[in-house]
Amino acid sequence: MGPRLKLFLPLILFAMLAVTLFRGLSLDPGEMPSALIDQPLPAFSLPRLGQSGLLSEADVIGQPALLNVWATWCISCRVEHPYLQQLAAQGIPIFGLNYKDDDQAAQRWLDELGNPYRFNIADREGTLGLDLGVYGAPETYLLDAGGVVRYRHVGVVDDKVWQTILAPKYMALNTGSGAP
Amino acid sequence: MIPEIGHFALIIALCIALILAVVPAWGAWRGNSVAMALAPGLAMGLLVFVGISYSCLSAAFLQDDFSVKLVASHSNSLLPPIYKFAAVWGNHEGSLVLWVLILSLWTAAVAVFSSQLPLLVLSRVLSVMGVIAVGFLLFSLLTSNPFARLLPGAPADGSDLNPLLQDLGLIVHPPLLYMGYVGFSVAFAFAIAALLGGRLDASWARWSRPWTNIAWAFLSLGIMLGSWWAYYELGWGGWWFWDPVENASFMPWLAGTALIHSLAATEKRGLFKSWTVLLAIFAFSLSLLGTFLVRSGVLTSVHAFATDPARGMFILVFLAVVVGGSLTLYAFRAPAVSSRLTFAWVSRESLLLCNNVVFLVATLTVLFGTLFPLIVDALGMGKVSVGPPYFNAVFVPLMALLVPFMGLGPVSRWKGDTVARWRGELLIPLVVAVFCGITLPLLHAPYNIWVALAVLLSSWLVVGLARDFWQRLRRASNPMQGLGRLTPGYCGMLIAHLGFAACIIGVVATSQYSVENDLKMSPGDSRVLAGYEFRFVAVTEVRGPNFVADEAHFEVTRDGARVASMRPQKRRYLASGSVMTEAAIDAGLLRDLYVAMGEPVGSDGAWAMRLHFKPLIRWMWLGAILMAVGAFTAVLDKRYRRPREVVLGADEALLRGT
Amino acid sequence: MTVLRALLVACAMLLAGRALALIETYEFSSPELEARYQQLSEELRCPKCQNQNIADSNAPIAQDLRKLLHHQLELGATDEEILDYMVVRYGEFVRYRPRFGGTTVVLWLAPVLLLLVGILVLTRMLRSPPKTGLSGTESLSAQEQVRLRSLLDKAGRDS
Repeated sequence: MGPRLKLFLPLILFAMLAVTLFRGLSLDPGEMPSALIDQPLPAFSLPRLGQSGLLSEADVIGQPALLNVWATWCISCRVEHPYLQQLAAQGIPIFGLNYKDDDQAAQRWLDELGNPYRFNIADREGTLGLDLGVYGAPETYLLDAGGVVRYRHVGVVDDKVWQTILAPKYMALNTGSGAP
Repeated sequence: MIPEIGHFALIIALCIALILAVVPAWGAWRGNSVAMALAPGLAMGLLVFVGISYSCLSAAFLQDDFSVKLVASHSNSLLPPIYKFAAVWGNHEGSLVLWVLILSLWTAAVAVFSSQLPLLVLSRVLSVMGVIAVGFLLFSLLTSNPFARLLPGAPADGSDLNPLLQDLGLIVHPPLLYMGYVGFSVAFAFAIAALLGGRLDASWARWSRPWTNIAWAFLSLGIMLGSWWAYYELGWGGWWFWDPVENASFMPWLAGTALIHSLAATEKRGLFKSWTVLLAIFAFSLSLLGTFLVRSGVLTSVHAFATDPARGMFILVFLAVVVGGSLTLYAFRAPAVSSRLTFAWVSRESLLLCNNVVFLVATLTVLFGTLFPLIVDALGMGKVSVGPPYFNAVFVPLMALLVPFMGLGPVSRWKGDTVARWRGELLIPLVVAVFCGITLPLLHAPYNIWVALAVLLSSWLVVGLARDFWQRLRRASNPMQGLGRLTPGYCGMLIAHLGFAACIIGVVATSQYSVENDLKMSPGDSRVLAGYEFRFVAVTEVRGPNFVADEAHFEVTRDGARVASMRPQKRRYLASGSVMTEAAIDAGLLRDLYVAMGEPVGSDGAWAMRLHFKPLIRWMWLGAILMAVGAFTAVLDKRYRRPREVVLGADEALLRGT
Repeated sequence: MTVLRALLVACAMLLAGRALALIETYEFSSPELEARYQQLSEELRCPKCQNQNIADSNAPIAQDLRKLLHHQLELGATDEEILDYMVVRYGEFVRYRPRFGGTTVVLWLAPVLLLLVGILVLTRMLRSPPKTGLSGTESLSAQEQVRLRSLLDKAGRDS
């Protein structure tokens, strides 16, 4: 390398750094994709909220669906709830994971505000949440027909989130699996 | 009215900065003395108007003017006045105005204290600083206006300053830190001026050295205060977390340390001119990069201000212009062929080079580690975290590697020395150091090999310095005369290196010997930790100016003798409702005792308590203070106050030419 | 919407507030386990917080993970097993000490490589002039050389 050319080295390195930083501005460092993407839902055996009997991972298999992690102590879940009602009314299967909550309070909540869920898994201790890598409520998982986790959205699911992120993926899973 | 005056003053300051950035530099290019001579006046004008703007902002805070959005979000009528004053810089917008204020202070200081500088150089230096001021003023006015109003509908009261920031540490830490960060802009400006002038001789090193030392000293104090503040304020006894924001201040310090040592060689021997210029650019670039990292949101940190990618974009563009521009200038203007190196392997110059290598590797390592999660994410390769385990594992060995050379440095001669002479000077200190390393750690069971190593390295430094000091006194006809002949430069080095040795001991001793226990205690319980007995007496409720708290009372005894009475608190701030732990610390030169309250456990008045024993932790911060004192001392040297030289003396020619 | 956002931010602040150091009092069956607990809880990152390890955070998830850590340690899992358990669920993100492999090899090797490069540059620089001192002074007279030496020593006594 010629002597003059060597002096350009710092500039070149800086340019590479600047490009990386530019790229970094459009990323969200706090965003954490689920570690379970493309893996089946972890095995579990937990009670069904409001009814007797146990649920297991076999119960979510059959069609692409949403698994919504919620709790009565989570204020954002209350914000999200009406929209979930809308989605359920459209026929989209939503399963609930009642995360570290009190059964009675949860049942009351559903009675008052409506129940968009096909069923609710009562994860009182948060064991399934831990296995899923849940770190706060609300979170929504997109499962395919085989019960494999395809996507996780952290935060409230509102119209914008549904239209831009979840709906396209859900449609793709539906056409792919040929489900009605 | 006052916020509007402040806003207007800031705009005027921007105009002045624009003129300062352009006119004197043009004058230097064209040889127009009138244009060049405007520079000092413009610098003073900049300071005046930024000062007015800052005063207006402070007034808005102190007068509880909640129509100003900033005051409403970060202050409260119940806040004690001193914290209202400090709340100005406890947020993004206000801290930017502080940044610009400190920049104007440095610019004005350079204008005032540069009687020995040729006007050609001074005008260029001040113009460069004007460019930086323009950037930050634009950033403030365009994206982060501190004087934005909430009219109509100003709230009746504010949301309160984050309780974590309601502390003496907040009052002092950011200004000191900024003095350091911003101070490196002076070295940067001198480097750019030298490149612009095309005359890369060693005189620019002599001019910029005192400024760089002062900036480095302030940065050392700022970082030390941050560490100390986190220790007593956050309630978990930690003092450094390698958080991106902490690293953002540490990297300029590391590069700055390399710079001040490299400047020594350039000043004394005319060597490494091109390299030192690059280091000066690098150190200030790291300051700017730090500003970017803290305010753009690209990295997660507990310290980060409210982040905004739009603001980040502005800083990135500014960074690209300033750093990219200076590196381009460097690539074109720095001498392509380095000057003939005329010193031997065994010499002070090569030791200074070792210093530079180690500190540069350290800086780049910390930089890479801090940015690595971002790089991996930007390349789409997932999310990783790089934290203290990594940084400690790579940084500590580097520092250990440095110390042997550090001991040799002060004793060695310029240009050429002999190993035999080194052996003569330093064999005894080496033996004493090894002896200390083996024996002193025996004072504390169990024997810890890391502490032994640290003691060995520190003793090597201390004994070597002591011996050299003694020799100098002895060489004089009497000790008093010997003391008188010690230059401030030498004394500064002595103090600073002693400070570093103290730091090493403090860091290693506290990391290795600290004892920490989380316990459930009820009133009346007693626990023993490291020979101290902590007796939990009672919990009472107390009221502060803007909080209520549960206060626990501990009596600490050792071998029956009373040592301290400690009162940790669990505070709930009234305005925001946030809860904070206020740890009780019994500070000592040889150890700290630390008690923090957790949560009430059960219903019988028991609490979870954290008890810490931290030996020698203060040495770390005292060491940092010593380093700063040393740097300040070195600046007092007479040679920086010599009037402008017209002709290079014959001695200097001899020194520099060979 | 802004009111709710403010509320969410407030909740997040309360939950992630670093100074609210939640201190649990776990009992361990041996001091080694306690030491390992302390070390591992400093190595594991809280998935939700802004750059805190699970030891210092009081977010609910951090509490859960600490409980899990305690449980696993008491069950006799090794450090590697515990870390793998966490990584399977939360991703590599949750480890503050990046594992050596894949993308992080360059991270761990960087300091060593940089140091080697530095030493290489240093030796190349120092190899050019002759190895004995006072080089480049052939053009000076003997008197000047003595003068030079004394000037250098004087300069050395300053700093």
